[in-house]
Amino acid sequence: MFSYIIRRLISAVILLLIVSAVTFGIFFLLPKLAGQSTDQLAQQYIGKAPTPADIAAVKKNLGLDKPVYEQYWDFLKGIFVGVDYKFGPEAAKCHVPCFGYSFKTHIEVWPEIQSRLPVTLSLAAGAAVLWVVSGVATGVLSALRPGSLFDRMAMGVALAGVSLPMFFTGALALALFTYQWPIFERSDYVPLMEDPFLWARTLVLPWVTLAFLYSALYARLTRAGMLETLSEDYIRTARAKGLRERKVVVRHGLRAALTPIITVFGMDLGLLLGGALITEQVFSLKGVGAFAVEAINANDLPNILGVTLLAAFFIVLCNLVVDVLYASVDPRVRLS
Amino acid sequence: MTDLDKSGAAPGEPTPAAARPPSAFLEVRDLKVHFPTDDGIVKSVDGLTFSLEKGKTLGIVGESGSGKSVTSLAVMGLHRASRQQRSKVSMSGEIWLDGKELVSADPDEVRRLRGREMAMIFQDPLSALHPYYTVGQQIVEAYRVHHDVDKKTARRRAIEMLDRVGIPQPDKRVDDHPHQFSGGMRQRAMIAMALVNNPELLIADEPTTALDVTVQAQILDLIRDLQKEFGSAVIIITHDLGVVAELADDLLVMYGGRCVERGPAERVFYAPQHPYTWGLLGSMPRIDRDQTDRLIPVKGSPPSLINVPSGCAFNPRCPYADVPKDNATRTVRPELRQVDGGHYSACHMSQEERERIWTEEIAPKL
Amino acid sequence: MTETDDSKKIPVEKSAGDAPQEAAEAAPPTAAPAAAGPEPLLRVRGLVRHFPITKGLLKRQVGAVQAVDGIDFDVRPGETLGVVGESGCGKSTMGRLITRLDEPTGGSIEFEGRDITHLSQGRLRPMRRDVQMIFQDPYGSLNPRHTIGGIVGTPFRLQGVEPEGGVKKEVQRLLELVGLSPEHYNRYPHEFSGGQRQRIGIARALALKPKLVVADEPVSALDVSIQAQVVNLMDDLQEELGLTYVIIAHDLSVIRHVSDRIAVMYLGKIVELADRKALYDSPMHPYTKALLSAVPVPDPKRRTQRDRILLKGDVPSPINPPSGCRFRTRCWKATEECTTTEPPLVALRTGHQVACHHPENAPNDQ
Repeated sequence: MFSYIIRRLISAVILLLIVSAVTFGIFFLLPKLAGQSTDQLAQQYIGKAPTPADIAAVKKNLGLDKPVYEQYWDFLKGIFVGVDYKFGPEAAKCHVPCFGYSFKTHIEVWPEIQSRLPVTLSLAAGAAVLWVVSGVATGVLSALRPGSLFDRMAMGVALAGVSLPMFFTGALALALFTYQWPIFERSDYVPLMEDPFLWARTLVLPWVTLAFLYSALYARLTRAGMLETLSEDYIRTARAKGLRERKVVVRHGLRAALTPIITVFGMDLGLLLGGALITEQVFSLKGVGAFAVEAINANDLPNILGVTLLAAFFIVLCNLVVDVLYASVDPRVRLS
Repeated sequence: MTDLDKSGAAPGEPTPAAARPPSAFLEVRDLKVHFPTDDGIVKSVDGLTFSLEKGKTLGIVGESGSGKSVTSLAVMGLHRASRQQRSKVSMSGEIWLDGKELVSADPDEVRRLRGREMAMIFQDPLSALHPYYTVGQQIVEAYRVHHDVDKKTARRRAIEMLDRVGIPQPDKRVDDHPHQFSGGMRQRAMIAMALVNNPELLIADEPTTALDVTVQAQILDLIRDLQKEFGSAVIIITHDLGVVAELADDLLVMYGGRCVERGPAERVFYAPQHPYTWGLLGSMPRIDRDQTDRLIPVKGSPPSLINVPSGCAFNPRCPYADVPKDNATRTVRPELRQVDGGHYSACHMSQEERERIWTEEIAPKL
Repeated sequence: MTETDDSKKIPVEKSAGDAPQEAAEAAPPTAAPAAAGPEPLLRVRGLVRHFPITKGLLKRQVGAVQAVDGIDFDVRPGETLGVVGESGCGKSTMGRLITRLDEPTGGSIEFEGRDITHLSQGRLRPMRRDVQMIFQDPYGSLNPRHTIGGIVGTPFRLQGVEPEGGVKKEVQRLLELVGLSPEHYNRYPHEFSGGQRQRIGIARALALKPKLVVADEPVSALDVSIQAQVVNLMDDLQEELGLTYVIIAHDLSVIRHVSDRIAVMYLGKIVELADRKALYDSPMHPYTKALLSAVPVPDPKRRTQRDRILLKGDVPSPINPPSGCRFRTRCWKATEECTTTEPPLVALRTGHQVACHHPENAPNDQ
């Protein structure tokens, strides 16, 4: 088991390096393809009317004149040890992890993202708990009585949940519960530690709308998995022992049916942690997703690069956790 | 096997449940297991009667779709274990186990008998064992369903059972997962799990079909030894006449959801009284004879269980379908009639005719 | 296991269109050039197939499954060679090697005196029409989206051969030959029973009038009564078309019925190779003896009479086979010599080869 984790860890790190190199490469190439020279690139860091000397200094400071692999190396080094920039007389310290400076605001990328993270984390975690519990429970109950009224209704709702887009359900929820009946008033994000009640109250609507979408998927997934598992030979064996049906379903059926769901869950959560773009927009939450949207709109390459890498990091991390979880659930995985 | 058929209820007519408690340990009367589907009713078992005493072994022989496995699952109540299953099956007839009637009983009552009074082992031990739990955990679970003991005691019992069925180093192997066992060991573990509560009835559904010959021999030996030791009743379900000849005291031959012949194993092997049994014997290449002649197969394929031929299910494949019958036409279903002793056959041909055909036409060619 | 995985991917019927048509017409014995004794149709020497096991990111090889590890045998024209053994003995791999569906790691295979061991797929084409394979699984080996006519006619299309009277007529003739109706031409595989599908597989294999047919477990997925139909059909076809068979099976009764000579395999080696009668009447290798004694005999009286040799444990892993004689870990006659020296396969009697240091039923003059 231990060596298995080490193996997965090493491949995760390698994967991250590859992702960062490719992403960096793309973002290095993009301005060039758009016909931007390094001068113009450097110019974006300076205010209006830059002198050629200023441009040259920025270029040198940021290393924009170096070949791509050196720039990538500096970038990596920045993430792990930070960078000291010297702009003429004043020196700037870009702290670990340094993702560079924004073109527009000229502040460090990471602290900005960091300030947005709690919003996205709260949103994703709360919604995930909701959708896993409700989705799996609905799926199991449906699978136990396929074709029943409950099953048909649940699957009907699930179909709606899968097909209705977030900006529709989100807007509908807002219209109903914020404007029509102001149960959940619109307010800015409040940190959990500051006021847990207000924190939850702000997030209830986004949680529910987001969870509605996902739990629909999970209900269908769980139902299909359960139906398949319940026809397995070992379920028959469990019944032949004289176990109560509830134990058969939970201990023998659900445990096996959950493994593919864990995989999908890791993927979904990873994606969501990198920013729930639409949800954050609809509910005006200033999370990582909103940050990404702002950065894209402003064509702010360093910010886009930073948020992209963060998203990649979360996906790789979640997959790593899934792999380890999977191995602890299914003993056959550890050996291969 | 006891005489039941003379007094048995007419087929198709539902017998009032809990009519008369039988004398035999296990008694099945006019059992019907039907599965309604979109294409029609699948009559997997359609009027089956037999009985079995403790310490005896009954072999149920038939090809795929003959209803042999469905019968065993019906006795175990495994067609009606969950609500979903109950909605998909209709069962009638009686199953008496040690004085209790199971068809009309509350499913939860049958559940409490499962694993304790009756246990089952299956064809493919790899898929029949849960891949995520250790062998020990699965045996412990089986024991603790019916015994109020702590995990430690149950674990000791599991090790003891693994030892009994011949697993080397049982105190270590108890913590292995099924995939770490070989095929033969898995079936041994299944047997240990089935016998952990000393059941009085053991049902083995094709217990050696998935195993190699040399391992099959070990498992058959083990089943025989354990039966001697525990004195339980055993039903062995198989398509392999060699396996039943090895173990069974009595034999029941199934075809199209019905019993076509049953009786003491030696009678059925040496003086079979049904054309289908002849067909099985003639189809089978023999390991013990150097026979180079052609085999004598049964023509055609097994019947559909939805549209079972109205008369004798075997009629379309029977080489003797045109032999004049004493009492009936093709549309009447033949009842089991006594040949002698506990030997019954469901064939329209007269007994003299069947005996003549067997001794003159079939036996010399086998 | 890699033994069976991609058997379906490689079409058997890859053949060049320019090969002569008379193939199977030539009576097998006369096909051999004038030499001392009949020339074997297939000559296999030192055949080896190891499947590498790789580990880690760099895929370095850490071992090998020694599926087939040095086997020698001939197949004579017109005979049936039975190959028997338990799971993992390498018999299926051997079948895929001699039909060149798989590439040998070492050794040589000669077909009609021509070395085909390492021929490329293109160069193999002419040989493909002479050597055909029949598979175990009658469900998986037929493409469900093609009609029966399409499936059986594929070989003609693949090689662009236009049989006399056209493809359709020839396919219908083949269908009749294997006991199906020509009207089945436009039906799909799912409309047929297992036995009928196996007949379709046989018709496809015979389309190109092969000389050698390799059948891997041709009847093991079928019910007993259907099994006999297919065995008889293969018998008839051999006589009618002068076919040579290599039949691979685990069922010793089937092998005894169909074979002229039999090779017994254990862990990638042939341990005994003899005529049917000699092998079954006086087996010389302890493994053969144990194997034969383990088969349940369909004769209830014999169960008490025979002395069965119960082998201990399971077949060892082909990744780490025992040193010396591979059977020694389960053999009751094993000595020090068996651990250190591998016994060669030698003829102890005329036509009776055994690989054992302590053979049973050994001739007295040795």
